[in-house]
Amino acid sequence: MSRTLDLNIKHLTRVEGHGNIVVNIKDGRLERCELEIVEAPRFFEAMLKGRSFHETAIITSRICGICSLGHQIASLKATEEALGLEVSEQTVLLRKLLIDGATLQSNILHIYFLAAPDFFGTTDAFKLIPTNKDVVLRALRMKRLANDIGDIVSGRAVHPITPVPGGFTKLPDESELRAIRRRLVEEGLPDVEATVDTIASVLNSVPGFTRETEYISLSHPDEYALYDGDIFSSDTGAADVNNYREMTNEFVVPHSTSKHCKHARESYMVGALARWNNNHARLSESALRVAQRLNLEPRCYNPYMNTVAQVVECYHCIEDSIAIIDSLLERGIRNEKPNQTPTRFGRGIGATEVPRGILYHEYEYDRRGNIVSANCIIPTGQNLANIDHDMKKLVPEIIDQPKEIIAKQLEMLVRAYDPCISCSVHILNVEFIGG
Amino acid sequence: MKSDQIKPNKPKIAFFDFTSCEGCQLNKLNLENELPDILRHVELVEFREAMDDKADYYDIAFIEGSLSTPSCINRIHDIRRRSNILVALGACATIGGINSMKNLQPIETVRETVYGEEKYRFPTLPAIPVSAVVKVDYEIRGCPMSIPEFLRVLKALLMGKAPNLPDSAVCVECKLRENECLYDRGIVCLGPVTVGGCEAICPSFGQFCTGCRGLVPNPNKDAMLDILTQHGLSLEDAQKRFLLFNSYNIESKSIT
Ligand code: SF4
Ligand code: SF4
Ligand code: SF4
Ligand SMILES: [Fe+2]
Repeated sequence: MSRTLDLNIKHLTRVEGHGNIVVNIKDGRLERCELEIVEAPRFFEAMLKGRSFHETAIITSRICGICSLGHQIASLKATEEALGLEVSEQTVLLRKLLIDGATLQSNILHIYFLAAPDFFGTTDAFKLIPTNKDVVLRALRMKRLANDIGDIVSGRAVHPITPVPGGFTKLPDESELRAIRRRLVEEGLPDVEATVDTIASVLNSVPGFTRETEYISLSHPDEYALYDGDIFSSDTGAADVNNYREMTNEFVVPHSTSKHCKHARESYMVGALARWNNNHARLSESALRVAQRLNLEPRCYNPYMNTVAQVVECYHCIEDSIAIIDSLLERGIRNEKPNQTPTRFGRGIGATEVPRGILYHEYEYDRRGNIVSANCIIPTGQNLANIDHDMKKLVPEIIDQPKEIIAKQLEMLVRAYDPCISCSVHILNVEFIGG
Repeated sequence: MKSDQIKPNKPKIAFFDFTSCEGCQLNKLNLENELPDILRHVELVEFREAMDDKADYYDIAFIEGSLSTPSCINRIHDIRRRSNILVALGACATIGGINSMKNLQPIETVRETVYGEEKYRFPTLPAIPVSAVVKVDYEIRGCPMSIPEFLRVLKALLMGKAPNLPDSAVCVECKLRENECLYDRGIVCLGPVTVGGCEAICPSFGQFCTGCRGLVPNPNKDAMLDILTQHGLSLEDAQKRFLLFNSYNIESKSIT
């Protein structure tokens, strides 16, 4: 079919940050098909240079409000490694609890407010209030619960206050933990069950497109890796976090203020679907049953199903939060001060899973504990090449459809990745001269 | 705000983001308990992060982020022209915030550091607050902006009143909460020179104040200097910390 079609979706809505989808088809030939990233860059490298290790995470948190907890955790891990700061078991447990809370809140925001309007055939979640009030109220209740975990443990869910290198400036009360545990059981579990039902009922709105790709995430032998682990590629297996540059290979493309990445093939995917594909065996029986109810196959190559994998993770995060609180309460909260006495000054890498995928921070510090060089590789940047390749496969498959349907399916595809464009351009990892 | 009736002419509200981390916008979606109630009283006409719609006129426009590219400058003029009341949200929009730290280095160096050879590919300017370019009616400070303050301001504006915004220092609120002063632990805290209204949230959680709400109108320089010297800390320590969020503010170069 010799169709000519020009699509230019400017400032795509219901994503974090600014991006355009551009498609040009001439006489049936796909000439251009890409996600342009047009967000203003923010020059974090220039800001970090010379700052004290007490301030690094405060600054990098502001790369992205949506992913602020993840940036803090990756940042703290990198700083602690560079300065030789050990952290306690209690600190690790509390950080894992924070990650569960942040993943839950981010996934809920994406599932209900950014992706669901497409499934329900509306333009925004607020329009669902008259017809599906209980769904909207449930979404808000789940987000509140997730944010309350952040507020209690870290002082504030957006740009957390208490997590610092070596530990926490203030610890939560046991009574607060008990209260939030009760809500996780009494509201969280029934609400996530209802979420599964809601999404199961709209699964026929999820396009049936597939494209197998390389999936990269953290992986850990004992748990569904979110806080820590080795880097794992579905193509090449496990690699040490120290090899993160070989696993990401950033390159500049003309249509994006954010760099692209690739590893074993032309592109790879990170995020909930990649974690699911690589690590589903570490999920509990009941989380796996949830996946089954949502038709999520153990190896799923449909990028639109990323949103569904996020639902399974919501279930996991609630279950895991309850378990973490139980072990914290069993041990009793100890009044520990953060360990902030460096034992060396050098380089450190921190890798952690944030809702949109694997995030890397690397710093080098001088002998006064000030930053010499910094490098951050953000999940959305890693997904951009994969999104372009998905679009290039998808467009020819739906080329006979009306223009609006093509546009809508492309928008839904980009949204399914839950791109955080804010994040991806807010740091471009070039090293300082001498770094 | 308890009536269930839908008013025929609800005020049109819009949110816009400029160079920012989108944390302030996200904070509004974090008003989970209040959102349904708010939505009964206003018509949300533009909020790119959460909806598809666009509009031509706004009763109240909320602006997040600093201005840092030529297109930001054009866009803010356009929004101002179409807005009755314009409110700046968060440190980026009110004082330049963390973005303005890049202003401390020559713009050529900043470009080269990030883009190398390609330094002129993307136009960039020093990061400036909204009030440096257009008239701002009200400012809600903080990084992120404080949620209770946002609600207070919104309610006042919807009732046609001028909102009350604080101008005393963070220390005042901190002392009311009977926190242990961080200076006693040898830590530089910017509470004495920073505008309050956040209920001293950071020192209350054991962390120093980073100055995210900006400099108080008449900072007591001598008192600040006294505190610093008493605790064996230098002016440079405090000034360097102050630049985290306040690099735009020229006064910041002489807080003490
Ligand atoms: S003020 Fe802070 S939270 Fe708000 S947009 Fe700026 S960096 Fe983000
Ligand atoms: S901790 Fe900071 S805000 Fe609180 S009293 Fe001391 S200097 Fe002031
Ligand atoms: S205590 Fe200081 S840094 Fe913290 S929110 Fe208040 S003004 Fe901002
Ligand atoms: Fe982000």
